[in-house]
Amino acid sequence: MILQQLVDALSLEVITQGTDLTKTVTGGYVSDMISDVIGNAGEGYVWITFQIHLNIVAAASLKNLAGIILVNNRTPDKETLARASEEQVAIMSSPLPAFEIVGRLYDLGLRCR
Amino acid sequence: MDNNAEGTFFLTGKDFSRAGTASGSLKKVLENMGLPSNVIRRASIAAFEAEMNAIIYAVAGIMHYYVTPEMIRVVLQDMGQGIANIELAMTEGFTTAPDYIREMGFGSGMGLPNIKKNVDKLTISSVAGEGTTLEFLINLDKTGEGGPE
Repeated sequence: MILQQLVDALSLEVITQGTDLTKTVTGGYVSDMISDVIGNAGEGYVWITFQIHLNIVAAASLKNLAGIILVNNRTPDKETLARASEEQVAIMSSPLPAFEIVGRLYDLGLRCR
Repeated sequence: MDNNAEGTFFLTGKDFSRAGTASGSLKKVLENMGLPSNVIRRASIAAFEAEMNAIIYAVAGIMHYYVTPEMIRVVLQDMGQGIANIELAMTEGFTTAPDYIREMGFGSGMGLPNIKKNVDKLTISSVAGEGTTLEFLINLDKTGEGGPE
């Protein structure tokens, strides 16, 4: 599965400019604690979170995550989006809460480990 | 490809706009050296957590890295509040982070345990009120997947 398929299936809004949506998604992880993601998310995972500060980009980049899905219409500032484009970390957003997003991703066949 | 590298990054306490850039740069160095992905992953996680600790808790810090064919060695020295009880700080879930740090998703008490899990040797020395020196080693020649071909 690639990012574009998730975007289409969940009607996500891609809020980063010029990020690669052909990246393969290997799984999913949901957490708002950065160390939890750093420690436990796998390479190629999509990360579902409420956090919107700049450091989510560093964490996603460090872990080679496929992208970040922000829940509840959370909107990061321009700085975060600029850094994300620079680091090629796709950020998508949805009005749905994390529970709904994760449920739909699970239905699509994504797993954690 | 050269099997040796060495470098230094300067860290500024509370500068969250640059947080993660030192460990991100180190990751790129290791990738360019062609080290195994498992080794890069472990070193990146440990370096990121150590960098975040310095940014959250210290006034300023310096991260040195040394890569040889045998090992990756990272030394992070900071000036700051230090760690009063290192054993307690190593306990998963223990944190002294203020609320605004926790609201950012940091300060979950998983940083030091995360570092320990990913390295072959971790040494921490600290003087409360002065600062902390954290050093970790990752062996490159111990296992089949660790060595640079």
